[in-house]
This record gives sequence, structure tokens and C-alpha cells, in this order.
Amino acid sequence: MTAISRPARRRSGPSTRWLTIGLFLLPALILYAVFVLLPVLQAMQYSLYKWNGLAPLTDFVGLQNYATALGSKTFMTSVGNNLLIVVLSLAIQIPFSLALAVLLNRRFRGRAIFRLLFFLPYVLSEAVTGIVFSLMLQPHSVVDSSLSNVGLGALVQDWLGDSTLVMVTLFVIISWKYFGFHMIIMLAGLQGIPRELEEAAYIDGASRRTAFRYITLPLLGPTIRVSIFLSIIGALQLFDMVWVMTGGGPVNASSTMAIAMFKAGFRSHQFGYGSALAVILFLCGLAVALLYQRYVLRRDTEGAVTAYGG
Amino acid sequence: MRSRARFAVLLTTAAIAFAACTGGSSTPAPTTAPASAGAPSSAAPSTAGGGAPVTVDWWHITTGEPGKTDFQKIADAYTTAHPNVTIKVTVLDNEAFKTKLSTTAAADYPDLFQSWGGGIMADQADAGLLKDITSDIASWKDTINPGAMSIYAYKGKQYGVPWDMGMIGFWYNKALFQQAGITAVPTTWDEYLAAVQKLRAAGIQPLAISGKDKWPSMHLWTYLVLRTGGGDSLSKMIQSGDWNTDACTKAGEEVVKLNALNPYQDGYKSADYNAEAAAVGNGKAAMELMGQWAPSVENDQSADKKGLGDKLGWFAFPTVGGGTGAATDGVGGGNGIAVGVNAPPEAIDFLKFFMSKENGDKLNTDNVGLSTVVGTEGTVKDPNLQAVLAGRGAATFMQLYLDQATSGALSQAFNDATIALFLGQSQPADVCQALTDAAKQ
Repeated sequence: MTAISRPARRRSGPSTRWLTIGLFLLPALILYAVFVLLPVLQAMQYSLYKWNGLAPLTDFVGLQNYATALGSKTFMTSVGNNLLIVVLSLAIQIPFSLALAVLLNRRFRGRAIFRLLFFLPYVLSEAVTGIVFSLMLQPHSVVDSSLSNVGLGALVQDWLGDSTLVMVTLFVIISWKYFGFHMIIMLAGLQGIPRELEEAAYIDGASRRTAFRYITLPLLGPTIRVSIFLSIIGALQLFDMVWVMTGGGPVNASSTMAIAMFKAGFRSHQFGYGSALAVILFLCGLAVALLYQRYVLRRDTEGAVTAYGG
Repeated sequence: MRSRARFAVLLTTAAIAFAACTGGSSTPAPTTAPASAGAPSSAAPSTAGGGAPVTVDWWHITTGEPGKTDFQKIADAYTTAHPNVTIKVTVLDNEAFKTKLSTTAAADYPDLFQSWGGGIMADQADAGLLKDITSDIASWKDTINPGAMSIYAYKGKQYGVPWDMGMIGFWYNKALFQQAGITAVPTTWDEYLAAVQKLRAAGIQPLAISGKDKWPSMHLWTYLVLRTGGGDSLSKMIQSGDWNTDACTKAGEEVVKLNALNPYQDGYKSADYNAEAAAVGNGKAAMELMGQWAPSVENDQSADKKGLGDKLGWFAFPTVGGGTGAATDGVGGGNGIAVGVNAPPEAIDFLKFFMSKENGDKLNTDNVGLSTVVGTEGTVKDPNLQAVLAGRGAATFMQLYLDQATSGALSQAFNDATIALFLGQSQPADVCQALTDAAKQ
């Protein structure tokens, strides 16, 4: 680095820099515009029409599709189911993953094997998971006979056929598939916490629990918040596994927003209505993302900025 | 996921094409000219040779064997006789096909593709995605069953051709009926309900339905409406969109009566159609209400892949006391091939070849479907399929499956509204109201 070159670069600085950034961003921007922005805008346009996906767009109905959606019992059940999965995920799945991560962060023999085993379900595709579990949950199949064999035959249920039970069954399977993913994220977070901090706390006489509560947990905050964010977005988009296992049934008991959208579009050929559902789903996701960024994740990024500044 | 599935389908198609080729060329003496290898060239039209290279894009959903191989062989036989024509066969699963077709732009529409006629086909025709083949097929249309042809006509124009047409009825396990002490198949709904009770009393699961796929029980409800109100009344409900009728309510009440007998197989609420067929094919459930394809799917889904064999029987839907519908009125449908708007003349020529008596006979003998080609009835050997064919021939009224005769919200509402009734989650009047509401959308 010579003294002459630096001021020279400074002078042509801002404009050249923006040009470089622009050029490098251009391919990504074009892709983003064509494959993300344009379809979103198209869906918004379609959602204002009554359209079967085949004929030209002529039957403009304004916001009627949205009114139909908000007045539809099926769609409201679907929204409720998405929210149920969000709540259950936050209340059960995330704490469970955190506990496992803390456990697996200790040093003991076979730790790597356990980490691998718990992460394994995440590697399977949702469709494969769905098919395997629906076979296991069929009457008199693996799950039922296992229960009977250990004397718990009284617990046997119509796991996917019972309208009140079906969402719980699905939640258990979703958790089985995703807890390993959240566990790995939190493990990574835990390993970023310097051991000296905890050790210092122990020296000051803190118990294990106090050290976890006042040292580990706050420092793991950013990781947990990201995990929660991914969990909420995943729960809102829930589709593949439910579609494979129940198709949203029995009688819409396990329908989700994405399933209602798919059925309206690709089963009933109501692409206008389906697009309206897609836009609602998109807005839900967008609202969650923006609010979460604004109120929850901001302190993490602010922390990062001050850290750099100082 | 989807692209991977498509790749798998392509691989399978390629493998079959390869198998068909090697199989064909190994049978005749090595000196035989490759052009005639294994091809029933006598049935092929005589315009062989010459012409610019043409590709015919054909999507079908006959994924089961031997139908898949039969279709490939028919295509191979045609291309052997017409070396300038390439037939690009895409075999898709039923659900994957529907999704793929609905995301295909007009310019990329296949030349020939699976169709069930009815409402969706009418929508496709309105959107200008289909070719009017009325005059192209005028010379040979009389070789095909006219009732079946009419399902593929819309506003006086022909857009496709049926190759399979049958009628829905009860498929039952004779051994289980005997075990329950049922000596004759029920001919009235009361007898039917009594038979269900006898089966349940004998510890047998009487009837298999599918809570996940919904349409099998929707057909049962349709038959009850048809038997109660008659064909004219049903047609009127479809046309007017007013389902708040006595026939609709009465049919729902009969379903409630049936529900009260605990008639369905274990796990019916979440069973898909394959699970339903497996319950019958494995001898667990005594009956299912299904179309002409039932035996092949039951065999395929049964543990030993053989199904019930001789123990399988068929009877027409019983009459309902006080109803005005005739015992010979039917609910039916089948498979056909629609012609895409971009189809070259060769596609229609291939269609003509596909609909030859020889190919119809082949599909009959292999139990791929019930051919609609006039004069092929004799090649149906299975006594149960003969019964279905007799029902089709004697039909005084034939209603295409309701979810296919209609389109849009209504077509889905038939499945969604009736399954709620069968699962005990709605009342007869709710169904009629839901259908009326859906018809307005």
C-alpha cells in the first residue's frame, strides 16, 4: 500500500464503488426480479380476477377473492392450524432443542455420534418422512403393534383420522424432523461462547443453573432468536409433509394455508382465489419477517455494529 | 422433489422403451428387416414412409403394468410404420399429471394427453387449448361407442376420444359374503344395509372407502341421489346449480343410516385410495364401490400382488325404496385422449391407429381398460368386467363422475362436502347447501 495510490482511489471513490457494487449485484438482481418479484406481482394481479388458469384474464372482481378467503371456514381453520404449529414449535420444539444442545455441548464419550443421530432426520425429505410415517401410523401397523406389545394397547388411536388428534400427530412428526436442525444451530451458538466466562462465574460462586441463566442464555440469545425466526417461517409455510400424510384431512382438520392455496389453484382451478390465498400467505410471512427484524433481531445487529465501531 | 420425480419417470420411460426395443428385435430371426420387428404392421395405416420428421408429444397416466408397456408398444408399432414420426411418451402419475398440465403454457401443450372429458375439458376448450377434431375423425368416429364419445364433445365439437369407458358398481368378496351368511347380492338399499349389518356381525369390515382421497364415497352419494331422484333430476341440479332438493337431502339421510352401522374399514378416515384397494385386495374389507379399474388396483395393492381372483364379484348399485331412479341408471366414466391445439395431423393419425380394433382388443385382454371400440366386447373374458360391460351397454342414463362433469369450486366441493357427511361431521342439508354455494362461485 503506497501513499500515492490511496488518495487517487479516494477521489474516484463513491461513484466507482457504486458502479462496482451495481455491476456485481446486477445478475442477482435480475434473477431476483424475474423469479421472485415478478411472480409476486403477478399473483397480486391474478388475485383480483376470477380466473380458471386457462382463459384470458377478463373477469375483474376486485377484492372479492380476499373477502371469500376471510369468510371461508376452511381457510380460517387453515390459518388456525398454522398458528397452532407456530405456538407448539416455540413452546416445545425450541426448548427441547436447546436442552439437547446444552447436553451435547458437554464433553463425553460418543458425543459426535449423538449429534449425528439427532441431526439425521433433518436430512430426509419431507415427502419421504411423510410416506414412512403414514405407513407406520396405519391401523395395526408398526406404531399400534409396538404400543400393544409393551402393554399400552389402550393408547392406540386413529392417529391421522381423528380430527382433534391429527394436528398433534403431525406436530410430533414435524418436531422429530426438525429438532436436530435447531439443535445444531444452538450447538454452533454455544461453541461461540468463551468457556472463560462460565469459569469466571463458577469462581465467583455461581451454581450451574445460575451460570446457565445469567451467562449462557443471554449470550445464546441471538442464536435462539434466529432459530425462533426460522421455526415461525417454516410453520407458516407448512405444506409437503401434511399434503403427503393427510392431504389436509380428515375434512380439512389438518389443512394449512399452503394446502388451501394448492387445493384452490391446482385442484379446483380457481387460480384467482388461489392467488389471493398466496398473497395472504406472503403478507403473513412478510409481516412476521419485518416485525421480527424490527423489534427482535435489531438489538443483535445493533450489537454487532457497536462491536465493530468500538 | 418434483423435478427428481419427473427424472425418475423419464428414466422409467426410457428403460421401458429400451426393453420394448430389445424385446422386439430379439424375437424375430436376425435376418428380418428391423422396420417390421415386432410391429403389428397390418393394423398400421398405409401412409408409411416419407414425410418430414414430426414429433408427437403424448402424456398419459397409465403407470401400472401391463398398460404402460402396452401403450409404449402401440407407440413403437406406429413409429416403426411411420419412420418420420417420433412419439415422445411422458408417463406421469395421476396427481403429477394434473399439476403439470395446469402449469403448462398453451404453446407447450402436449399434442395428445390424458383426459376424462367433462368440465375440465370444456374449460380447456374454452381457453383455446384443444383442437377441434370433429372433421378429422369423421371417417372413423362410428367405430367408437357413441355414449362414451359424447363425454369428449363440447358445444357440438369433438375434442378427444375415449379409449376406456365403464361403470361404477360394488366389487365384493364372495367368500366374506358367504361367511356372513349373505346368499344373494343386495338389489335394494334396505337389503344392502342388512348385508352390511350381517358382515359387521360376522366380524368383517363391510365397506372400504377413502377419507383422504374422498372421491370413492362421493360416488356412493351420487348413486344415492341418482337412485332417489332419477337422471333428469340430477342433470337439472348440475345445470341449475340448485342442490337444495329432496333427492339431495334424502341421499344424505341414507348416508347417515349407513354411517350408523359402523360400516367402514379400520383407519378409513385417513386411508388413501391405495389403502382402500389394499383392504379389499387383502380380504380385510368385503366391498368397495369403484370403477372398472378396481380389480387391477386391488391386485397391485394386495400383499401377494394377486388380489382376490375368483372370489371377487360385482353387482350394480341397488335401488332405493321410494326413489324414481331406474336400476339401470349408472355413474361412469373412463379414460380418453384429448388433442392439444398444436397437434400435427400425425397425432390424429396415431390416435386413429390407437383406436384400432386390434389395439382395443389388446387393452381388453390385458385388463388395461374396457375398450370403447365397437366390436371389442368379445375380448373381455373376465366375468366381472363382462358384468360392468353389460351395465354400460344397458345403461338408460349415464352420469359422468360429478367431480369431472363439473369444474371449478363445484367439482372440488363434491368431494369436500360429501366426505364430511361420511365422516359424520356434517348433516345432509349442509351438503346440499355447500354444493349450492359452490355452484355460485
